[in-house]
Amino acid sequence: MRLALFPCLPADLRILYNRVFQSSKPECLFVIISFDTHANLCHNTLHSISKFDLINDQGLVHQIGDKQMLRSLNINPDKCTGCLQCEMACSFENEGVFNPAKSRIKIFTFHEEGRFVPYTCTQCDEAWCLHACPVEAIKMNRETGAMEVLDSVCVGCKVCTIACPFGTVNYNQTTGKVIKCDLCGGDPQCAAACPTEAITYVDADATGLEKMRAWAAKTDNQAHVN
Amino acid sequence: MSWTRKIMRVNLTEGSISEEPLNMEWADQYIGQRGLATRYFVEETDPKCDPLGPDNKLIFATGPLTGTMASTGGRYSVITKGPLTGAIACSNSGGFIGAELKSAGWDMVICEGRSPSPVMLHIVDDKVELLPADDLWGKSVWDTDKLIHQKLNDPQIRIAAIGRSAEAGCLYAAVINDLHRAAGRSGVGTVMASKNLKAMAVRGTLGVGNVKDPKRFMQVTAEQKQVLAENAVTGQGLPAMGTQVLMNVINEIGALPTNNMREVQFKDANKISAEAMAEPRESDGKPNLTTNAACFGCTIACGRISTIDKGHFTVENKPEYWGNSGGLEYEAAWALGADTGVGDLDALTYANFVCNEDGFDPISFGATVAAAMELFEEGVVTAEQTDGMELRFGSAEALAWCAEKVASGEGFGADLGLGSKRLCEKYGRPELSMTVKGQEFPAYDPRGVQGMGLTYATSNRGACHLRSYTVASEVLGIPEKTDPLSVDGKAGLVKAFQDATAAVDSTGLCVFTTFAWSLDNIAPQVDAACEGGWTAEKLLEAGERIWNLERDYIQRAGLTGADDNLPKRLLKDAAKTGPAEGKVAGLDVMLPEYYQIRGWTSDGQLTDETRSKFGLPA
Amino acid sequence: MTYVIVGSGPAGVVAAETICKLDPNSQVVMVGDEPDPPYSRMAIPYLLINNIDEQGTYLRKDPEHFDNAIKHMHGVAESVDVEAKTLHLADGQKIDYEALLASTGSKPILPPVPGIDGERVTTCWTLEDARKITATLKPGASVVLIGAGFIGCIILEALVSSGANLTVIEMGDRMVPRMLNETSGELLKKWCQEKGVNVMTSAQVESIEHHSDKAVVNISGDRHVDAELVISAAGVRANADFLEGTGVEMKNGAVAVDRHMCSSVPGIYAAGDAACGLDFSTGDFSVQAVQPTAVEHGRIAAANMVRHGSVLHQGCINMNVLDTIGLISVSYGQWQGVEGGDHTSLLDRDRFRYINLQFDEDMLIGANTLGITQHIGILRGLIQGQFNLGKWKQRLMDNPMLLMEAYLAATQGA
Ligand SMILES: Cc1cc2nc3c(=O)[nH]c(=O)nc-3n(C[C@H](O)[C@H](O)[C@H](O)COP(=O)(O)OP(=O)(O)OC[C@H]3O[C@@H](n4cnc5c(N)ncnc54)[C@H](O)[C@@H]3O)c2cc1C
Ligand code: SF4
Ligand code: SF4
Ligand code: SF4
Repeated sequence: MRLALFPCLPADLRILYNRVFQSSKPECLFVIISFDTHANLCHNTLHSISKFDLINDQGLVHQIGDKQMLRSLNINPDKCTGCLQCEMACSFENEGVFNPAKSRIKIFTFHEEGRFVPYTCTQCDEAWCLHACPVEAIKMNRETGAMEVLDSVCVGCKVCTIACPFGTVNYNQTTGKVIKCDLCGGDPQCAAACPTEAITYVDADATGLEKMRAWAAKTDNQAHVN
Repeated sequence: MSWTRKIMRVNLTEGSISEEPLNMEWADQYIGQRGLATRYFVEETDPKCDPLGPDNKLIFATGPLTGTMASTGGRYSVITKGPLTGAIACSNSGGFIGAELKSAGWDMVICEGRSPSPVMLHIVDDKVELLPADDLWGKSVWDTDKLIHQKLNDPQIRIAAIGRSAEAGCLYAAVINDLHRAAGRSGVGTVMASKNLKAMAVRGTLGVGNVKDPKRFMQVTAEQKQVLAENAVTGQGLPAMGTQVLMNVINEIGALPTNNMREVQFKDANKISAEAMAEPRESDGKPNLTTNAACFGCTIACGRISTIDKGHFTVENKPEYWGNSGGLEYEAAWALGADTGVGDLDALTYANFVCNEDGFDPISFGATVAAAMELFEEGVVTAEQTDGMELRFGSAEALAWCAEKVASGEGFGADLGLGSKRLCEKYGRPELSMTVKGQEFPAYDPRGVQGMGLTYATSNRGACHLRSYTVASEVLGIPEKTDPLSVDGKAGLVKAFQDATAAVDSTGLCVFTTFAWSLDNIAPQVDAACEGGWTAEKLLEAGERIWNLERDYIQRAGLTGADDNLPKRLLKDAAKTGPAEGKVAGLDVMLPEYYQIRGWTSDGQLTDETRSKFGLPA
Repeated sequence: MTYVIVGSGPAGVVAAETICKLDPNSQVVMVGDEPDPPYSRMAIPYLLINNIDEQGTYLRKDPEHFDNAIKHMHGVAESVDVEAKTLHLADGQKIDYEALLASTGSKPILPPVPGIDGERVTTCWTLEDARKITATLKPGASVVLIGAGFIGCIILEALVSSGANLTVIEMGDRMVPRMLNETSGELLKKWCQEKGVNVMTSAQVESIEHHSDKAVVNISGDRHVDAELVISAAGVRANADFLEGTGVEMKNGAVAVDRHMCSSVPGIYAAGDAACGLDFSTGDFSVQAVQPTAVEHGRIAAANMVRHGSVLHQGCINMNVLDTIGLISVSYGQWQGVEGGDHTSLLDRDRFRYINLQFDEDMLIGANTLGITQHIGILRGLIQGQFNLGKWKQRLMDNPMLLMEAYLAATQGA
């Protein structure tokens, strides 16, 4: 099966969802994906169906079926209490200090709404950061699927920090390099430290599906979200 | 190591800032935070100084575990001489600013003198400056927080500030950090205002990295988090219900002081309890409680995030109060509710918001309102003083009105800002004030929980439950159950709790962990982080040393054994209902025994022997 | 199928790689006129300060990367025979193509002043230039930089950190006028001056006199500066001369392309600095001349070269990040704003922090920042996601730093 993804709006994702999951024999699908709808989200979901190529609106080409089963961080803001254990665990693992300011995961507090939202890199299949890097300093770790910054190669030009539309690559002025989540080499410390299971490390397929459902549900009430 | 070994000295009079190394010898004896800051304070200030004069100092202090991954390791304390009591004031707060300060590389900030005009302290790691704050003066804590965030252009900055009540001279004004966390008691905010210091804004990017044995530290802290998670109180009760889990429990055992402590049970306790907070409201189907929330590094997450019913009379036309903010903790719910006889959850939440917004202690405030209500019912305070507001027990309108008045310090608000003791004295009825050493009681009636009577009487900062929370033992059976109605063994229990708590308060950890942890659980965490061979024994010894140091200071400040007392009402008027019916507080039995166990004289004086035993300054 | 790629910069290399992926049986020939392996011009500033060696600038680190599917050859493209579908190289070689990509980038323009062709004048564009500059730069050397545009500012740091005595001359009224608005451009100037750089704005170089030991740069207003080295960074122009006579239409000095990155002549595509491509924000076609655009162009052009019409370009968002002696500035999209749109800004002069947001109705369309680095990419997410911000627009108007919060609210209903 060959699948091409073209640009669209989040609302169209519902169509994708129905097409993929409700058709008994998904064959050739032309699915449309918007800039923001996380190419990887579709990848992860469709991944389980069959091998296909994917071209998105950035002209990114990827052979999904070749990718092995990967795990990814699943984040559930409803469970988060804002304790920052994850931020400390992350900075400790990566920088050797308890220092939320240098954490790759960040909790955003919505005071008025009474909500805490943990946020980190989603390890996009076709990562903007990776493609933007002029010197090949960001590479995918085949084992974990994480996009990793190679410190020795990174020149600190910061182009990845403006290219990642999720805002999850940050420049570290002290070292002159960029930092981003690398899934701790497959043993994410944030997930281990989280006391509420707001962050868990699960099969990528599962997160893809869940996110897809969440998105599908959300497109229904997008109007009242704001 | 875990101390940053650096303290900051801010001379507000001169507007100068300097850095000095931490006295590590003292750190070994006094741990950090409460203990260590007190040691500095005792060294540097005249016990007889005017709490609101330039000679008083104001210390913000973190503990060695503040800013680390140890669960609840986010605390800081504010140490000063309190205007309410004239004793040492030491108020502990959570939230995030303590860890931020540590992360910026500071164990402690000592503020001295008085700035000629309003200023704020801006700390970004080792870059520290005093900025003019004339534009912030007269603003609430919430507005100040917003304005500073905008001015400094940094959403991550953490802010502690005082509100209008402190500026107006309310004697129980608090330092509020992170919008709704408070170094709440004893008027530490009033001292901050007296120094013209409006706020402290901190951004720390250095982190806490000098843990002695990182590997062991990660391991023991993880193990101890597991202990918290598996404990019924810290693992389930507190996260689900918050401290409010106590409301119905304490009411049932007949220890819920009601209507200015005239009664020990409140008929509407169930309307203002944790259970009530979780109940969907009729108007919008949403409960008062939105979610629980954690302070920095806390795996318990007892904090309440709440909303007020938009249609409630207190906020009807005030959308600024419609969002979520810090909701009711047990002590606040009691003071604002049971003690004033108000059973309206929304009104209590509103009063609590206002306490946070303009920075004053809800316990002292609620108890003062209760006293004012009694004065009103006795006809001493009249509608003339209150612009016609009827200060009746049970009146939600009166409660909300009082909160707004204290916030602004206008009219009768200035009287209420004096606190219960001075208010009752002013109106000639000192016996109606439910205070010790000038500070209002918290939420446990000593007639129903005897140990708390001794706790209040001997607390170094005036009536306070957090100095030795014998409720744990007497009500909840932690570490073992004692009879709340009996005075037997309470002197020893109180001393043990006082010393242990002084140690915990000095580490950077939250005292709520002690529902599940003893010093045996805490010592290995301190030891993995800090040099010094920290055992439970060493911590306890430090705790006792701290207690004696505080005691020594307040005696030099002029307080005596005679101040270790309770109001007559608790000693003479027996509880009228519940299990404690017929009981009065048995202080007369417990106090002499306590002095003896402490090794003090029979009138409560420290001896030179005790001083030298703990190496206290002569 | 035979694909010919002219120019082996980022656009060319990514295009070649993409073609190989999409059409594994194809033949890809990549012609480049520089002697070095494909490298990134962007990395030159870091080479100048010795953070990396020349290898560190290479686009692909594997030395055999261009030995297999992609045939990389040295050569200067001279002309194209459209009828015969043949590319002619300067050395006489001819290469047949079925689809051709012009990814020839751009080259610096020298301002037309007397003495600009002197020996002490150089551009800072290629590895060759970099070698020349490094050889002259030393502590105390007086250096004049003509042009405080994007490229000028990005090499400023290297020049300053070498210990050279630097003078910057900019024609415009502020620094980086094409990327920063007045406030941020001014603030950047103040920053540079505080770092000891002599910055002259609204100043024009009138001539350069060459003496045996130095050059003298004569500047409008009767000012004169001695220089051991003059670096000219006064704008660039696309390299498209080899397409002359093909009938390929030009726009803004570069190859005009459609949304398939195809030029007016079927079979000839263009990408990168050499192409005048679609701008996401304006819907117009323009030359952005930045690296991420070159890469995106390369991929989209490649997909269409393999299967014409297969990918429609949505437009690149114009974005820049610039580190000028430690002060980081960023611009996105329509930072100048649009008529009728709202804008908000926050300025902290003392701390060199600035943020300026531009809205169209309740969508974010552009931004300028100074001194802000955390989560900066979210600006792209917000702009390119075209989210309706609803009540978050007002919150951003009140406090523009709440970008992450606004994004999370828009995407997760937080
Ligand atoms: C010093 C410097 C710093 C920069 N910093 C940044 C930055 O921080 N961020 C950013 O986004 N951009 C930056 N840029 C711009 C960025 O490098 C360019 O936008 C990018 O290189 C464009 O890629 P390209 O592949 O289109 O062209 P190029 O990289 O210019 O590659 C084109 C190649 O084609 C060759 N060529 C030209 N004509 C012919 C011909 N007739 N025959 C054969 N070969 C030919 C050229 O020699 C060159 O090798 C910087 C540029 C410079 C010089
Ligand atoms: S840093 Fe950004 S672009 Fe890179 S993988 Fe993560 S989310 Fe994707
Ligand atoms: S997986 Fe590791 S690097 Fe990524 S956010 Fe979690 S702790 Fe940080
Ligand atoms: S550790 Fe878990 S609960 Fe705590 S802030 Fe992180 S995600 Fe939230």
